[in-house]
Amino acid sequence: MPPFEFEVNGKSQSVDVTPETPLLWVLRDSLNLTGTKFGCGISQCGACTVHIDGAATRSCVTRVATVAGKKITTIEGLSPDGSHPLQKAWLEEQVAQCGYCQAGMLMTCSALLAENPHPNDNDIDDALAGHICRCGTYLRIRRAVHRAAEAGAA
Amino acid sequence: MKKISSGKVYSGLESDHPTRKSHNAWIRGTVGRRQFIQRTAAAGASLVIAVNFSAHTVSAAAAAAGKDFDPNAWLEIDPQGKIALWVSRSEMGQGVRTSMAMILADELGAKWDDVRIEQADADSKYGDMVTGGSSSVRNSWDPLRKAGATGRELLITAAAKEWKVPRTECVAHASSVTHTPTKRTLAYGALAPKAAKLPLPKDVPLKDPKDYEIIGHPEARVDGPHIVQGKAKYGIDSRIPGMLHVVVARCPVFGGKVKKFDAGKAKSMPGVKSVVEVPAIEMCTPFGFEKPKPGHLNYLRSGVAVAAETTWQAIQARKALEIEWDEGPTAQESTAAHWATAADLATKPGTEKTKVGDPEAAFASAATKLEAVYQQPFIAHAPMEPVNCAAYYHDGKCEIWVATQNAQGVLAGAAQALGIPTSAVTVHVTLLGGAFGRRLCIDYGVEAAVISKSVNAPVQVQWTREDDIRHDYYRPINHQRFRGGLDSKGQLTAFMQHIVAPSADATFEGPDTPDLGCTELAGPQMQNGTVPNYLLEYSFLPTGIPRGYVRAVDPNINQFPLQSFIDELAHAAGADPLEFRRAVIGPGRKAPPKKEVKEGEEAEEFIDTERLLRVYALAAEKGDWGKPLGPRRGRGIAAQLSFGSYVAEVAEVTVGKDGSIKVDRVVAAVDCGKIVNPDMVKAQVEGGICFGLSIALFNEITVDKGRIQQSNFNNFPVMRITDMPQVEIHLLESNQDPGGIGEPGVVSVAPAVGNAIFAATGKRLRRLPFQTAGLAETS
Repeated sequence: MPPFEFEVNGKSQSVDVTPETPLLWVLRDSLNLTGTKFGCGISQCGACTVHIDGAATRSCVTRVATVAGKKITTIEGLSPDGSHPLQKAWLEEQVAQCGYCQAGMLMTCSALLAENPHPNDNDIDDALAGHICRCGTYLRIRRAVHRAAEAGAA
Repeated sequence: MKKISSGKVYSGLESDHPTRKSHNAWIRGTVGRRQFIQRTAAAGASLVIAVNFSAHTVSAAAAAAGKDFDPNAWLEIDPQGKIALWVSRSEMGQGVRTSMAMILADELGAKWDDVRIEQADADSKYGDMVTGGSSSVRNSWDPLRKAGATGRELLITAAAKEWKVPRTECVAHASSVTHTPTKRTLAYGALAPKAAKLPLPKDVPLKDPKDYEIIGHPEARVDGPHIVQGKAKYGIDSRIPGMLHVVVARCPVFGGKVKKFDAGKAKSMPGVKSVVEVPAIEMCTPFGFEKPKPGHLNYLRSGVAVAAETTWQAIQARKALEIEWDEGPTAQESTAAHWATAADLATKPGTEKTKVGDPEAAFASAATKLEAVYQQPFIAHAPMEPVNCAAYYHDGKCEIWVATQNAQGVLAGAAQALGIPTSAVTVHVTLLGGAFGRRLCIDYGVEAAVISKSVNAPVQVQWTREDDIRHDYYRPINHQRFRGGLDSKGQLTAFMQHIVAPSADATFEGPDTPDLGCTELAGPQMQNGTVPNYLLEYSFLPTGIPRGYVRAVDPNINQFPLQSFIDELAHAAGADPLEFRRAVIGPGRKAPPKKEVKEGEEAEEFIDTERLLRVYALAAEKGDWGKPLGPRRGRGIAAQLSFGSYVAEVAEVTVGKDGSIKVDRVVAAVDCGKIVNPDMVKAQVEGGICFGLSIALFNEITVDKGRIQQSNFNNFPVMRITDMPQVEIHLLESNQDPGGIGEPGVVSVAPAVGNAIFAATGKRLRRLPFQTAGLAETS
């Protein structure tokens, strides 16, 4: 079969894997982009969330064949230097504990802000209802999203 | 100990750092008898100080035994002024890499920005590296301050000599020493080579707490920037050149073994390199590293490992394996049978652990008698990072990269399983994507080491979420029978508690261990001495399901039933639940030690009931205790001492007409002694409340035919953002030594919520997770 070609964080990539291979494992094992995390494998926890053409998507259940020709952004590509308003807000609010789920949280929240620059608590909860943080950082995540929204508006 | 592949292997750790190398050379070289705090110049011109965390308590005993002290961490200042602290405790979100450094940096007089944290490899020279029991800060508080102060005093002396002025005219601040009269300054880096040649001072002065500049301030966690950029390296991110990705098909029944298997189909699948059997190797105990006693369950899970080029290929090929299992006796077990056995045992006499007065007679003659049974199921840990381990065995040596709370356990277990000396094993500790006690167990580390040897290649053994949930060491199932008696004035005169549970320790030690039940019994104390007639009994519930330690461990298992039953007694007495508790606790005092505590347990020496009453009062005040709430709404309260800290929580719930439980608000009052990093303490309590709510509302593992019936977050639900209540945390100022904080926030949530549900509905829920059936409004 032909290799699958797509763009990851602005860079063209070509991988020769079976078409049903989940994007998650292509990113982690073939492209060594380990910022995207494996948590459940069945779209229950959100740790593996990336952007596909700007939409927050669970990479663990996304077959690589479906992303051919598309633009993918992972946590490594959210900003070149950690300067995305959400990344800054995450540090200002000291959101992360173990940090393992946070890449997925950030990718979903950045897609949310792109679509809805001033989400309320319900909007944030709706966007993150499919995510799990076992450390229990949810309240700080909400605060950080509001902070980033304010920074973005300023 | 020679490193196998230093510099070639990418682990996410700073193993190539030049200072790290000199450090390794030093710790692996011949070090003579160590003092409590040892300074050495062996690492070139740097000032290096070793710290012994337990020296403040065990120095005399260790000296008498003729043993060296085992340092846990090292402070090093290089000539460029960079200050490094090697942390021997694992970072799993509790912020220990930050808070331990803060303690040191403050006493040292260092500029916080100059401090760098290095993660220590497993080594017996660090003493005990186990990260659990909310112990890292409380155990390191004294020694780290002394280490910092020793460094500071040496640097001041070096500066005074340089200037030929009295020491008393010099002060240390912000990584430099200043001669106050002349305002001359010398940086720590410039002073370090000179300080390294000085004799160690004795009895160094510690800072007055009012002079702390870093301790007590909310410092950002050191790993934050890496985390938000996806650069933080967890166990799962370990990469070894040429490594294979491995998954294992483990016997679905605990204790079962591979009878035979056919790997033909699996081997023909894309990317598959090797298929090997994983034998049920008997592992050493995870803490003492000893041969376990008969009847233990401490075996590698028997199975078949598939090694492939990518994780996905390995997962696919595993599905094609044809395996016949010898399931063994646990295949007869079910949760229903566990409960039935427990209920039977609870009505028979158990092993008497504590007895005061004549509880049976007092109960028989009580004006009001209450009996209740509380039940808590097995639960899984389910950290966000499913367990995994990278290992490379070759030429009689093994190097391991692992997210573990127990690096030395992995080292000992791997060495033993591979039949090589511990000196031939290196264990690097990565960041942990959550742990909650799962990563105290060494099985997944030993397994990876064994598989690397079998497939003759470096491996990353990845557990899927299903593997993680179905092959855990579960929080033990727990059945408790209570009997309580009140006199005609509503005073508690008799209290009897019978705990039926399979000890977690028995998993590793076997059921014949003399301290059997200690893991269940360290936490059920009444936390008072005022009940005149008291009985605590324990009965062992036999099972082949492996048990382990889940965050907040025994205090959490015991405070739910205990604080719920106390609430029942309060209502039976017609008393306000808080006032009833105050009466039971009695006046503020240091209550006597618990009688059931055995040597070596995580247990408090005494209970300062004044501190307990104070957190109750603060939580009640901030949580609006006694103020009216709307229909089907209620408040509950609970508090306890655990892990050295006092925490009270008030929960507010709304029970929907359909019976649904919504926790609206949790207010916590915390006295954890001296606070090192207030924001991190709050984060731990917030997170602890969330973790406790998962246990209260959602977590349940059940067994059928010896198999775990849950598999992933779809059937083992946990708290999500939509379930999260408003949380308010109030910290009490204190100059007492720091208590633990990773676990105490968890403990009061379930009973506070259960008590609130009773307040809202008049229905008492005695089983976790809380069942909503029966709570719906009946018309």
